[in-house]
Amino acid sequence: MTEILNAGITVLYMISAVLFIRGIKLLGKADTARKGNTLSAVGMLIAVITVLFEKDVLASFPLGYGLILLAVVIGAVIGAVWAKKVEMTGMPQLVALFNGFGGLSSLLVALTQYVNTEEAKPFEGITLGLTIAIGAIAFTGSVVAWGKLSGKMFKKSVTIPAKNALNACLAIVGLIGICIYAFSGLNSSLGLIGIIAVTAAYLILGFTMVVTIGGGDMPVIISLLNAFSGLAAAFAGLAIANSVLVVSGCLVGTSGLILTLIMCKAMNRTLYSLLFGSFGASASKKGAGSGKEPKAMSVEDAYLILEAASSVVFIPGYGMAVAQAQHSVKELADKLEENGAEVNFAIHPVAGRMPGHMNVLLAEANVPYEQLKTADEMNPQMSNTDVAIVIGANDVVNPSALDDETSPLYGMPIINAFEARTVFVLKRGKGAGFSGVENPLFTNDNTVMLYGDAKQTVSALVSEFDDV
Amino acid sequence: MGEIMLLIFVFVIAGFLGVELISKVPSQLHTPLMSGTNAISGITIVGAISATAIAVNSDGWLGTVMGFLAIVFATINVIGGYLVTDRMLGMFKKKEEKK
Repeated sequence: MTEILNAGITVLYMISAVLFIRGIKLLGKADTARKGNTLSAVGMLIAVITVLFEKDVLASFPLGYGLILLAVVIGAVIGAVWAKKVEMTGMPQLVALFNGFGGLSSLLVALTQYVNTEEAKPFEGITLGLTIAIGAIAFTGSVVAWGKLSGKMFKKSVTIPAKNALNACLAIVGLIGICIYAFSGLNSSLGLIGIIAVTAAYLILGFTMVVTIGGGDMPVIISLLNAFSGLAAAFAGLAIANSVLVVSGCLVGTSGLILTLIMCKAMNRTLYSLLFGSFGASASKKGAGSGKEPKAMSVEDAYLILEAASSVVFIPGYGMAVAQAQHSVKELADKLEENGAEVNFAIHPVAGRMPGHMNVLLAEANVPYEQLKTADEMNPQMSNTDVAIVIGANDVVNPSALDDETSPLYGMPIINAFEARTVFVLKRGKGAGFSGVENPLFTNDNTVMLYGDAKQTVSALVSEFDDV
Repeated sequence: MGEIMLLIFVFVIAGFLGVELISKVPSQLHTPLMSGTNAISGITIVGAISATAIAVNSDGWLGTVMGFLAIVFATINVIGGYLVTDRMLGMFKKKEEKK
């Protein structure tokens, strides 16, 4: 009887792993993405129901079942409410927070397993230690990322003296902790010290690693931390000998890593320089002294230029998300099209706070898919464009990335907004971008600034069209 | 030992599979993909349930409490992750029906 039950459990885990694989594959294509997400959710449901039939879980009836049910209900209600309530603009930080919870959960699973086991073999000890380490980094790192993105905490990039040396020390202390635990044999007091050492060291490491990284690099960091929380689940699976955890966790771990590398490539940066360099903090403020002041323009004058334009490109950035301007932008795009202009949206791969962030927002506002162009598609046409409207974007249109070798942005592919005949920059104030780097685009002769809240400015332009 | 080697085997194969799975993804799907895989990393809920049950069986109150919290956090990750991803993708869908 138990034989059959065990075989059944293995088969069901296998089915759910296949559904995850299929789900991730379908998530990568526009027309099947939603189906892919549903498939993987079904896989998750099967896995959760299956674990309820494992020998140990059956043995915990009824108290264990009661507790499990209660915990699932609490978690489900919290998760569902947050997911329904969040504004589309707040999506990046919510994903960061969810990811942190995933890491925390793996960390807690490892600690629970630690107090459950009387005697650990070295292999279990090492995997348990690694679960704790990676889960802890994913947890505190994600919480810091959440704080930075939501503007609640650590908004300014912090400099930690000798950061790399400090992080290396923490990592080594943690690894020593893992070894002490794994090879001290029993759950001795020595093993307990090891467990405490690795937990504390890596909780701090997650914090120090992310807190020094500038907000502009957060998309990459979230993606990396997502890979970490997957790996943590995979190591937890190795520690408790559960194959479905190993497969799904590792899938997330490596696919997340690839996504991270794709994003790094889009910014022409290496993961190494991102993690071990000190970008945001030491960005030089030089180059501010071209002496030119940006030219401001009124909405009325801007309207006259737009009315005469036959091709317009919108270049959205995080500022559009903050101002919740996507619906007004769509309205303006419609007006321009009625007026006979060709309208496109040029979307930089790292515009916003997450890859694809702008696409999600513009999709929410019903901007047609064909109008969303990548930087590579748009740049060759830029010199034939009458007006480029930069909405709350800054670093992704900064021409010093192309010609100023001293700029921290040097080498990053940008959208060549400066090549358009006229450039409108919608901006809240005169400050530098999220990375703190000056932008010479703003003082170019063909650039005019429309200061103020992006949503109000765009709405004002729309009403100018209406008045005619 | 045999079981351990088998798990490591599965670990490595799944790792390479993950690399192959998402080589070409259009950039507008990056956020949903990240969010969707993030929900999958909540699979740790399975580990949390099994660890909690073991703690209950051995009357370990500390393990029970930590396991309970692990289930709560993992469930938030799973349910929240899938719902948020579905919401995002729903927006793409709406637009496709229109055209």
